[in-house]
Amino acid sequence: MKPAPFKYFAPSTVDEVLALLAEHGFDAKILAGGQSLIPTMNFRLAQPAVLIDINRIENLFFVREEAGELRVGAMTRHRTLERSSTVSRLAPLLTETMPNIAHPQIRNRGTIGGSIAHADPAAELPATMLALRARFKLASASEARWVEASDFFIDLFMTELQPEELLTEIAVPALPKRTGFAFKEIARRHGDYALVGVAVLLAVDEENICTDANLVFMSVGNGPVVGEQAQQALLGKKASAENMDLAAAAAASEDIDPPSDMHASSDFRRHLTKVLLKEALQTAFERAQKA
Amino acid sequence: MATRYFGKPIKRNEDPRLLKGQALFVDDVNLPDMLHVAFVRSDYAHAKIKSIDVSAAREREGVVAVYTAEDLGDYWQPGPLLVPPPPIAGLTFNQKTQVPLAKDRLKHVGEPIAVIVAASRYIAEDAAEDVIVDVEPLEAVADLESALSDEAPVIHEDLDSNLSAHVVQEKGNYAKIRAQADVLIKRRIFYDHGIAAAMENRGIVAHWNAKEQHLKIWDTTQAPIPIQNGLAAMLGLSESQVQVVAPFIGGGFGPKIMMFYPEEVLIPWISMQLQRPVKWIEDRRENFFATTHERSQIHDSEIALTRDGKVLGVQDVFLHDAGAYAPYGLTVPINSQCTLLGPYDVPNYYSEFKAVFTNKTIVTPYRGAGRQHGVFVMERLLDLAAKQLGIDRVEIRRRNYLTPDQFPHDHEIVYQDFAPLVYDSGNYQPALERAAEMIGFHDFIKNDQPAARTAGRHLGIGIVSYVEGTGIGPYEGARIKVDASGKVNVATGIGTQGQGHFTSFAQIVADQLGVTVDNVRVVTGDTCEFHWGTGTFASRGAVVAGNAIHAAAVGVRKKILKHASEHLEAAEADLVLDNGAVHVKGVPQKSVSLGELARISNPLRGAVKPGMEPGLESTDYFGPERGTTASGVHAMIVEVDPDAMMVEIKRFVVVHDCGKVINPMILEGQIHGGVAQGIGNSFYEELVYDEGGQLLNASLMDYLLPTATDVPHIETDHIETPSPLNPLGVKGAGEAGAIPVGALFAQAIEDALSDYDLEILEIPLSPNRLFELVHMQAATKQES
Ligand SMILES: Cc1cc2nc3c(=O)[nH]c(=O)nc-3n(C[C@H](O)[C@H](O)[C@H](O)COP(=O)(O)OP(=O)(O)OC[C@H]3O[C@@H](n4cnc5c(N)ncnc54)[C@H](O)[C@@H]3O)c2cc1C
Repeated sequence: MKPAPFKYFAPSTVDEVLALLAEHGFDAKILAGGQSLIPTMNFRLAQPAVLIDINRIENLFFVREEAGELRVGAMTRHRTLERSSTVSRLAPLLTETMPNIAHPQIRNRGTIGGSIAHADPAAELPATMLALRARFKLASASEARWVEASDFFIDLFMTELQPEELLTEIAVPALPKRTGFAFKEIARRHGDYALVGVAVLLAVDEENICTDANLVFMSVGNGPVVGEQAQQALLGKKASAENMDLAAAAAASEDIDPPSDMHASSDFRRHLTKVLLKEALQTAFERAQKA
Repeated sequence: MATRYFGKPIKRNEDPRLLKGQALFVDDVNLPDMLHVAFVRSDYAHAKIKSIDVSAAREREGVVAVYTAEDLGDYWQPGPLLVPPPPIAGLTFNQKTQVPLAKDRLKHVGEPIAVIVAASRYIAEDAAEDVIVDVEPLEAVADLESALSDEAPVIHEDLDSNLSAHVVQEKGNYAKIRAQADVLIKRRIFYDHGIAAAMENRGIVAHWNAKEQHLKIWDTTQAPIPIQNGLAAMLGLSESQVQVVAPFIGGGFGPKIMMFYPEEVLIPWISMQLQRPVKWIEDRRENFFATTHERSQIHDSEIALTRDGKVLGVQDVFLHDAGAYAPYGLTVPINSQCTLLGPYDVPNYYSEFKAVFTNKTIVTPYRGAGRQHGVFVMERLLDLAAKQLGIDRVEIRRRNYLTPDQFPHDHEIVYQDFAPLVYDSGNYQPALERAAEMIGFHDFIKNDQPAARTAGRHLGIGIVSYVEGTGIGPYEGARIKVDASGKVNVATGIGTQGQGHFTSFAQIVADQLGVTVDNVRVVTGDTCEFHWGTGTFASRGAVVAGNAIHAAAVGVRKKILKHASEHLEAAEADLVLDNGAVHVKGVPQKSVSLGELARISNPLRGAVKPGMEPGLESTDYFGPERGTTASGVHAMIVEVDPDAMMVEIKRFVVVHDCGKVINPMILEGQIHGGVAQGIGNSFYEELVYDEGGQLLNASLMDYLLPTATDVPHIETDHIETPSPLNPLGVKGAGEAGAIPVGALFAQAIEDALSDYDLEILEIPLSPNRLFELVHMQAATKQES
């Protein structure tokens, strides 16, 4: 389990990275925390000719508030996000998500940029980013652009990120008033990728009528899956137990078409989605009333 | 004998070194000019090799040599049959053993095809990708049941089917008793056991020193002496030219006593060919394919009982997956066959099995070694009977236990060690009562469970029994010597794999010689230190090596007394050994240290008298006529979330009887580790194959081992029924923790989900499988 030969660069500025990406493009891979990339290289499933290590680029490591938004540098480690008070104030859903990702050792190395760029359909952060309506800044030698999370995740391990682009920054809008949130997942063992997970934002007005619902599922498709039918079952309606049940049923039967694998059948994943969404909506609703 | 250490939970001598990272493991061996090896392995479960092209690999910079089966010449031989079949009348056994490198046919994924030797492992792996193996894929035999059908492709061309063995053992007359039974319960039962997944993978370093004409091998083996002797024969060397060292081993659990792995045959040979040290360290991926497994059995079983729950007989017919070759003979299925009877009085037994070749990794014993499978069948049948007859689960076991006056008990069938299956001793009911009391069995059923159910929670309890045949022959030996410094050296040939031998063996010696445990240095697994013995397996270290060490210590003690009596001019009967010295009882000023005696007994001038040997040294052996029978009871309370089908273990109790306990702390460690592996087997681990014989989850990402958060606190207690078969009265304990856990899970989960009326007749389980079972059950109910 040794990787195939590769060339290694360890630049210290973003510009150098972008120049290297412009030169090597398809042949190159960015090395962030290495928690996903290194195993695939050791299995020789990935054999990049060039590795660009971005661990020395200081201005990719930050967590700050800017114009009422949360801004996070792509190299911010999972553990930093988990413990940041700026994150828990502006994006508590993200704080609630973090402990579900792997184990502390891995969270000490793994990065938010790596998770988003890797786009594993079972990963927590893509789903949470989608639920939070985050935006991603993608830079290349010629331009920098912001892409909505909803436009970013395309298919299995496929994103809007181009071979010559680097994900540099993530922007997360702060939660509006009377908006609740919840993250729930079921994994075989603590720290495993989830069998199913849900990330939920739910807003209600003073009459507890649902004004916004953003429901995202993980491990049930080729990427994070938005529960559009489930959202329809709630929007403009009372956030009642019955409507939540209807939403959960719609999610399980209409929104998702989960794969079967050795850990869970498609039927079991549908069932778990229903169970988790009900729980998550209830929690989010309770929080929304207080927010 | 003064008992100062025996029975005490003293801390382990070896731990400071291990904890500080100062213990030698095979991968720590680095020698000048050492070369590194990678293997080209089969991607196919079953295929014909058309050609192998290694030319590009040979040309790669840094590659020193590439070998295929062709290059081995006469050195290419199928491996030895490690355990021939026991003398059971009428058995069929088709001998097929693994080969060092595949020649014409590929018989399982991971089978080695070529060896690359290079300056680094990185280069060796690069070159492995250069090798082109052209094959004609063949249909794979992946399914146990259809492997014996007429349509199944035959794996070994010279056989007419995939039958590896067929064995029938019988006691009494089941057919006759069946006709008289009040109750017959018949079920198909499936049990699958996984991989040992030792923390340390296998590894070998071989160093042929041409000038010394000496071959030194470091090997992660549980059996260094047989490796030494076997390799010497294969390589045309004398046994004294070959030294095998099994240093610290990061877990063995059985697969590390498989002999000979292809890598074990090849690495030393390559070192001799190239006259350079050569290292191969197995990686985790190889471990999934190339280290032996233990896998599934399918049992069709029937139990016959009286109305009041007394077992009249059992009939069990099963299939056993042997894998592509069967170098370990019948050990695993015979263990299943013999252990099924458990602690119970079963007057009539008909047991028949067919071991079957499949295109999968070889099956050899892994902690429990087939005992799990048998215990699961018997315990499930008893649970079903209890339910049908309305008898309490504790009571049905109590009613069927062998009673203390029935020992030694002859089960009238033949065991894995070729001896009749005779239990040396046992007293089962106290362990059952103690476990039921510790877990509060009846109170739970009466109060806690219904209260939880009212609150919407699903709690369940399980209680199961088992026996474990341990401590079988042939023999082990030990040499003990007192140094002039007063330190005591113990050398034994048994391998060690983390069981605490450096401490428990020292405890036995310390008591005999009156020294402190930290003054006893134990060496195991170095053939230059001691070259008689077999290895560490079948929970036999404490029983066989322990008693050999005891005998040698008694020998040294005799010499000490003899010399001391002359030196101190006192009768032997008046001498006491204590504190590293010999004292005359009641005359404190008259004493001599063991170091001083060691010097006196090994003089530089003068004479060693006729009839005396120099030094305070003794060598002795212990060969039991048959094994000892340990036993125990496990009990567990679980909570099942019927929505997510997640299972949480609330309490886990083990009451265990392995005769005299040498070190209760080490024993608990053995039990804890075994239980952890049992939990993995029951609810997490599963080797998932597709129809083509491809293993789909060959990584620790998808092969789920239980982690610290999945293993609960384990409460233990001990009952001591000493074995009459050895002076120390000990029985083995290595496998006890692992054996009955599957049966326990099935029973406790069934109990927790009693409103779903499940029957769990399989292991492993998982949330997904429980979900399926509940839904299948609901569907069957609706239909009827
Ligand atoms: C045992 C284990 C358990 C795990 N469990 C979980 C889990 O439960 N949930 C979970 O979500 N994850 C889990 N992970 C993965 C972990 O969270 C990873 O850290 C994460 O998926 C990738 O982050 P990384 O920084 O390590 O990225 P890397 O592994 O370095 O890179 C991943 C991919 O993203 C690309 N990339 C990285 N950064 C950038 C960037 N800034 N711009 C463009 N491309 C980039 C790389 O080129 C590569 O293709 C686990 C990992 C391990 C080893």
